[in-house]
Amino acid sequence: MLKYIVKRIFSLIPVLLGVAFIVFTLLYLTPGDPARIVLGEQATEEALAEFREKEGLNDPFLVQFGNYVWKAVTKGDIGRSYMTRRSVANEIMSAFPSTLKLALSCVIAAVLLGIPIGILSAIRQNTLFDNITRFLAIVGLSMPVFWQGVLLILLFSVKLRWFPASGFDTWATLVLPTLTLACNPLAVITRMTRSSMLEVVRQDYIRTARAKGQTEQIVIWRHALGNALIPIVTVIGLQFGSLLAGAVLTESIFSIPGVGRLMVDAIKMRDYPVVQGGVLFIAVAFSFVNLMVDLLYAWIDPRIRAQYR
Amino acid sequence: MSGNTAPRMKSEAGLLDIWRRLRKNPLAMFGLFIVVLLIFFAITADVIAPYKYYEQNLINSFQSPSKEHLFGTDEFGRDILSRIIHGSRISLQVGLIAVGISVIFGGFFGAVAGYYGGRIDNLIMRGMDILLSIPSILLAIAIAASLGPGLYNMMVAVGISTTPQYARIIRGSVLSLRGQEFVEAAKAVGSSDTRIIMKHILPNCLAPIIVQSTLGVASAILTAAGLSFIGLGIQPPTPEWGAMLSGGREYIRDYAYMTVFPGLAIMITILALNFLGDGLRDVLDPKLKR
Amino acid sequence: MENKKLLLDIQDLSIQYDTEGGTVHAVEHLNLTLEHGENLGFVGETGAGKTTTALGIMGLIPNPPGIIADGKIFFEGEDLLKKSERQMRDIRGGKIAMIFQDPMTSLNPVMTVDKQIAEMVLLHNDVSEQQALERAVEMLEMVGIKKERAHDFPHQFSGGMKQRVVIAIALACNPILLIADEPTTALDVTIQAQVLELMHELRRKINTSLIMITHDLGIVAEMCDKVAIMYAGRVVEYASTEALYNRPAHPYTEGLFNSIPDIDRDEEELKVIQGLLPDPTNLPSGCSFHPRCPYAIDSCSSDMPPMVEIEAGHFVACPVRFEHWKNAADGNGGVKR
Repeated sequence: MLKYIVKRIFSLIPVLLGVAFIVFTLLYLTPGDPARIVLGEQATEEALAEFREKEGLNDPFLVQFGNYVWKAVTKGDIGRSYMTRRSVANEIMSAFPSTLKLALSCVIAAVLLGIPIGILSAIRQNTLFDNITRFLAIVGLSMPVFWQGVLLILLFSVKLRWFPASGFDTWATLVLPTLTLACNPLAVITRMTRSSMLEVVRQDYIRTARAKGQTEQIVIWRHALGNALIPIVTVIGLQFGSLLAGAVLTESIFSIPGVGRLMVDAIKMRDYPVVQGGVLFIAVAFSFVNLMVDLLYAWIDPRIRAQYR
Repeated sequence: MSGNTAPRMKSEAGLLDIWRRLRKNPLAMFGLFIVVLLIFFAITADVIAPYKYYEQNLINSFQSPSKEHLFGTDEFGRDILSRIIHGSRISLQVGLIAVGISVIFGGFFGAVAGYYGGRIDNLIMRGMDILLSIPSILLAIAIAASLGPGLYNMMVAVGISTTPQYARIIRGSVLSLRGQEFVEAAKAVGSSDTRIIMKHILPNCLAPIIVQSTLGVASAILTAAGLSFIGLGIQPPTPEWGAMLSGGREYIRDYAYMTVFPGLAIMITILALNFLGDGLRDVLDPKLKR
Repeated sequence: MENKKLLLDIQDLSIQYDTEGGTVHAVEHLNLTLEHGENLGFVGETGAGKTTTALGIMGLIPNPPGIIADGKIFFEGEDLLKKSERQMRDIRGGKIAMIFQDPMTSLNPVMTVDKQIAEMVLLHNDVSEQQALERAVEMLEMVGIKKERAHDFPHQFSGGMKQRVVIAIALACNPILLIADEPTTALDVTIQAQVLELMHELRRKINTSLIMITHDLGIVAEMCDKVAIMYAGRVVEYASTEALYNRPAHPYTEGLFNSIPDIDRDEEELKVIQGLLPDPTNLPSGCSFHPRCPYAIDSCSSDMPPMVEIEAGHFVACPVRFEHWKNAADGNGGVKR
C-alpha cells in the first residue's frame, strides 16, 4: 500500500510539470510588457531594460521556464505580484484557508444531503419523490452559481436580514455562500448516488443479503451503499475540485478573502503572476484530491486494494 | 425471475425512431421547445426585439417592468427585454462554437489515440490528463486571461478548456469499436486508416458525442457567462447575459429585476439544454445513463 | 400423504410481473407439496417460473414489478403470505435458506467471507459477534475451506469455492428447508460433482428438506425423491422420481427425456422439443404446451387440462396422454421411453 502511495505521488510529478508548463506558457504569451506593468508608464527605457535583465525576462523561453520550475521547487517561489510585489505563494497561502473552509463546508453539506436523498430516490424509483428529486437535481445543475448567490443575498440579507451578505468570520457568514455553492455538488452527488444504487440493488449479493433475513436498512446502507460508493466517491472528488475552482465566482460575490477573490482582483488589475499562480495552486490541490480519491478506492474495494499490492 | 432485458439500442437506430422515443419524454420535449424558441429569437432578434439593444435613453433609466418595458430598463435606459433577446445570439454562438472547437480537437485527438493505441495513445492521453487536472472553468479563466477579453477569445478559451473531456469520451468509444468485426473487415479489404476512422468508427460513436455536446453547450454557456461576470468575457455594450447580470449587481438593492431577468434567461437556457441532453442520453445510449 | 403433516404446501399460487411489454404470468395456479425430510426436484426450462416460485416462498419477489396475485404458501401449517415482513425476516435464512444460481455474483465483493457467514448467524441466533465468527469458521471447514482463508474476500476464491461459501451461508442456521436454485449450473463439470456431493452429505448431516431447482434430469435422479416438472408457470407433472423416470406421462416430460443424449442407444439425432417457450405476456389458450405438443388435439387449445392422479402420488396435467399411458401401463407395466 505504502509503495503504491509513493508510486502515485511520483506519478504526480510529470502531471504537475505539465500543468506548470501550460500555466507558464500562457503567462509568457500574455500580451503586455511585464516591466512596463510593474514600473508604470513613466519608467525610463534604462529602468525597463535593467528590470528585464534582473528578472531574466531576456532569457530564452525554456530557460525562463526552467528557472520558474527550479524556484518553485526549491524555494516555493512562483513569482511576485505585479501590483504589490509580494510573493504570490505567500498571498495564496494566506488566502487558501478561507477557500478550503468554504469548499469543505459545501462538500460536507452536499454529501450529508446528497447520499441519503440519492438512496431514497433509488429505492423509491419512479415514485413522486424520485421524480421530484430528479427534477430538482437538474434544476440544481442548471443554476448559474453567481446568479443564485446574488438572489440569495437579495432574499436573505437584503430583504429578510437573516444572514450577512459579506465577511467571513462567523458561522453565519458561511451560510449563504454554502447554500450557493453546495447546490451544484448536491445535485451531482444525488444523481450519482441514485444511479449507482440502482445499479447495485439489482445485484445478486443484495438478494443474498435479503435471503439471510437481513433488515432492509442494513441491506441498503451496508451491503448496497458499500458497493455503490466508488462512483460516488469519484464525483465527490471531482466536485471538490470544481468547488475550489468555482470559488473564483462565489468568493467575489460574498467578498470572501480566499484564493478565488484574490484571482478575480488580479484579473481586473492584469496582475497575471497572481492569476497563473492561483491556477497552478488549485490544479495542485485538485491533483492531491484525486490522489486521495484513488486511495479511498482501495479502502472501499478489496479488489482494487489487491491490485495495489 | 425471467430475465427479458431489451436488446441494447444501437446508435444508428433511425432518426424517426429516436424522435418517437424522445417524444415520450415531456421534459426533453420542453427542453427542445425552449432551444428552438431560443434559436428563433437569435435569428430574428433584430425584428422581434421591441427596442434597439444599444439605444440609450437616460431619462428612461431604471424603469421597473411595465407595459412599455416588460423587463424594465437598465442604468442607461436600455430595454432589458431587447438586450436579453439579442443576448440569446451571443450565448448560442458561444455555446455552439466553443463546443464545436472541443468536438473537433477532442474528436481528432481521441480518435487518433483510440485508433492507433500504443505510444501515440499514451502521449496524447497523458497530455489530456494534464489538462484535465486543471478544473475546466479555471483553465478557461487562465486561457481567457492570457488572450484578453472578447467574444472570440472567450469561445476559444471555453472550447479548449473542455477539449480533454471530449477526447476521453471519443477515445473510449473508438477503443471499443476498434476490435469489432466491421472494422476488421474494412481493414482486411485495405481501407486507409483515415477512411476507416471517418466512415466506420466516428459515425458509430455519434451517440455519446451528441449527448455530451448537448450537455456541453449548456456548460459552455454557463462558463462563458461566468467569465463575463468576472470581467474576462465580453465587454459592454454587447448584450451578454452574464455581463448584464454582473452590471445589475450594483443596483441589486433597489432594482433587483436588472439581475433577475438575465439570470433567469441563463437558467432556463441551461435547464432546457440539460433536459434535452438527459432525454437524448436515455434514448441514444442507455448504457451511458447516470 | 394426508397422515403426515406437510412441511410446505403451495396452493394455487400465481405470480405476475407488470412490465412495459405487458403482464408476465411467471407462475400460474401452481400447486406443490413437500413433506418433512423430502427432496424435491423442480425441473423446467429457463423462464418456466422455477426461480420465481422459489423467490415467492422466500417472500423476495421484487415489488414492483412483481406481485403475488393469488394463492397460499403454507409452511409448517402457516400461510407465509399472511406473515409480516418482520416475521418473514426470521423465517428467511433461519428456517428457509436459499442457494442462488451464480456463486460469482452472490457474495458481497467488499465483505470478507467469514463476516458474510457470521451475518447470517447473528441474525438468527442469540450469540456474540465473536461466537458468530467462530461458527463461520466452523461452517467454512465443514464445506471444505481452510480456516486460514476466512478473512479473504470473495474475489480471492474460485467459482467452486465461492459456491461452497454460499452453501455455508445457507446452512449456517440449520434451515428446515433449503432451496437450491441451479447451484451447479455456473460451475465446471468436475466442480459440479464435488458441490453436489457436498450438498448431499451436508443435507444428511443436518437433515433439511430440499427443493432442487434444475434443468438437469441427471441431478434430480441422483438427489431427489420427488420431481415436479414445470412448464410456462405451471406444474405439468408431479411424481416420485422412480415413477417419473420409468413412467413419464406428460408429453413435455417425455420431450425432456428424449432430448438427453443416450450413448447406449444408437440414434441418428436427438428428438428435441419443437419450438420455444411461449411469450409469458401472451400465453397460449388452453394447455400452454399445445403449440409444441406432437399429441395435441383440438380441445387442447381451448380447455385447461386439470391435474389428474394417474397412479398413487403421480399427477399429470394431460388428458390426452393419460389414456395412452394407461393403456401402455396396463399392457406391459410401463411406458417405454
